[in-house]
Amino acid sequence: MLGEAEPQWLSEEVKTGTTIIAIEFNGGVVLGSDSRVSAGASVVNRVMNKLSPLHDKIYCALSGSAADAQTIAEMVNYQLDVHSMEIGEDPQVRSAANLVRNISYKYKEELSAHLIVAGWDKRAGGQVFATLNGLLTRQPFAVGGSGSSYVYGFVDAEYRKGMSKEDCQQFVVNTLSLAMNRDGSSGGVAYLVSIDEHGTEEKVILGNDLPTFFDQ
Amino acid sequence: MALSTVLETPGAGFNFDNAARNAALEGLFEGGQTPKPLKTGTTIAGVVFKDGVVLGADTRATSSDVVADKMCAKIHYISPNIYCCGAGTAADTEKTTDLLSSNLSIFSLNSGRNPRMVMAVNILQDMLYRYHGQIGANLILGGVDCTGNHLYTVGPYGSVNKVPYLAMGSGDLAALGILEDGFKHNLELEKAKELVRAAIHAGIMSDLGSGNNIDICVITKEGVDYIRPYQESEYKDDRKMKYKYGPGTTAVLTEKVIPLKLEVVQETVQKMETV
Repeated sequence: MLGEAEPQWLSEEVKTGTTIIAIEFNGGVVLGSDSRVSAGASVVNRVMNKLSPLHDKIYCALSGSAADAQTIAEMVNYQLDVHSMEIGEDPQVRSAANLVRNISYKYKEELSAHLIVAGWDKRAGGQVFATLNGLLTRQPFAVGGSGSSYVYGFVDAEYRKGMSKEDCQQFVVNTLSLAMNRDGSSGGVAYLVSIDEHGTEEKVILGNDLPTFFDQ
Repeated sequence: MALSTVLETPGAGFNFDNAARNAALEGLFEGGQTPKPLKTGTTIAGVVFKDGVVLGADTRATSSDVVADKMCAKIHYISPNIYCCGAGTAADTEKTTDLLSSNLSIFSLNSGRNPRMVMAVNILQDMLYRYHGQIGANLILGGVDCTGNHLYTVGPYGSVNKVPYLAMGSGDLAALGILEDGFKHNLELEKAKELVRAAIHAGIMSDLGSGNNIDICVITKEGVDYIRPYQESEYKDDRKMKYKYGPGTTAVLTEKVIPLKLEVVQETVQKMETV
């Protein structure tokens, strides 16, 4: 403390340093995230839910700067509410992803957050959109955050078309568990959200219930 | 995106004229330095218990190596049901909490009820995000409203975390150790107060920037109990002498009285209508 103003991490920007994943199945989507929020070397929140609702059946997964990501999610939540009142029905997932993309693209230089938007609507069923750096692309599954680098191989090898909802949930849990084991900025518990035409289901999987792999 | 019921803060942002003045002054002082902003170098903690929220804070404010204030109040009033602990730059936390408090009073007067925690958190997040971390305020907000007992933390960049217990400030790692070990859901009042006291105490013992006394603030549905100090430092100094000067200490040498000549120019009398 003598001579030094304050610990560096107190004034460091809080990042979510994350693993997030979203995957589409026939009839809906499954989103998953870890729960660690770091500021430099310190963990600020070890139980943060990074899956944020944009609408009843549309969720987004946050990564990057915590403040930027939370703000984008709140702004889009508000804009979607207005939009759905204007059209008189539930919004499309593509609209939500578009709103997120508009903000990410316009403020590209100032913001440093990546949101994955996923949900279910009655026109096109389950959809997953990536909005990294202001692009908009629909994908069968998307991974993001610092931990995603460690699991690209796993998801590419293990993904199969036509998985059931339970298969998707297991796939997401396995991916998160592997990433959390290897990435220092991911950890804590795993949050899972499953969206289909019947409703939205949120689940938490505590640390010791996560699957273990070849861990010696 | 500003809320409709609160005063708009001016969009002009910061004015950095003083930075140029400071730089010029530093040159004049020949190796001297402009004073550093007062940081609180703190330990603050909060815990949600069965009937409400307990907030705790130490009372030391440091300016580089010197303790500038031994009885600094770090638990700020926001509204009758919401209190806020602040860590970071002292001026920033003071001003931010004052602004928040006045905005919420306007809301209360407009709507006739106590504000909700989420409103306070949203206003804070709006403001801190707008200034992109230039306002160095790390805040813990605790309160009880119609939806329950809540504890939030807002960072200087505008990130929000909702948690059942937390600690902030330079002594937070020590305090968090105590909280992680001792926290349970739905604690009783006395156990919750003791847990927060122990957490702040750990911060005081292990961090140079925290010290002196411990303040505790208990917020419940029934009201607020602001205990200041909850525990006094064992190393409290007893002043041996009084530093007040009695009348007559300075001798008066001469006295000159000059009456001012005033003339009445105009006189109007207005009767008040009293019913």
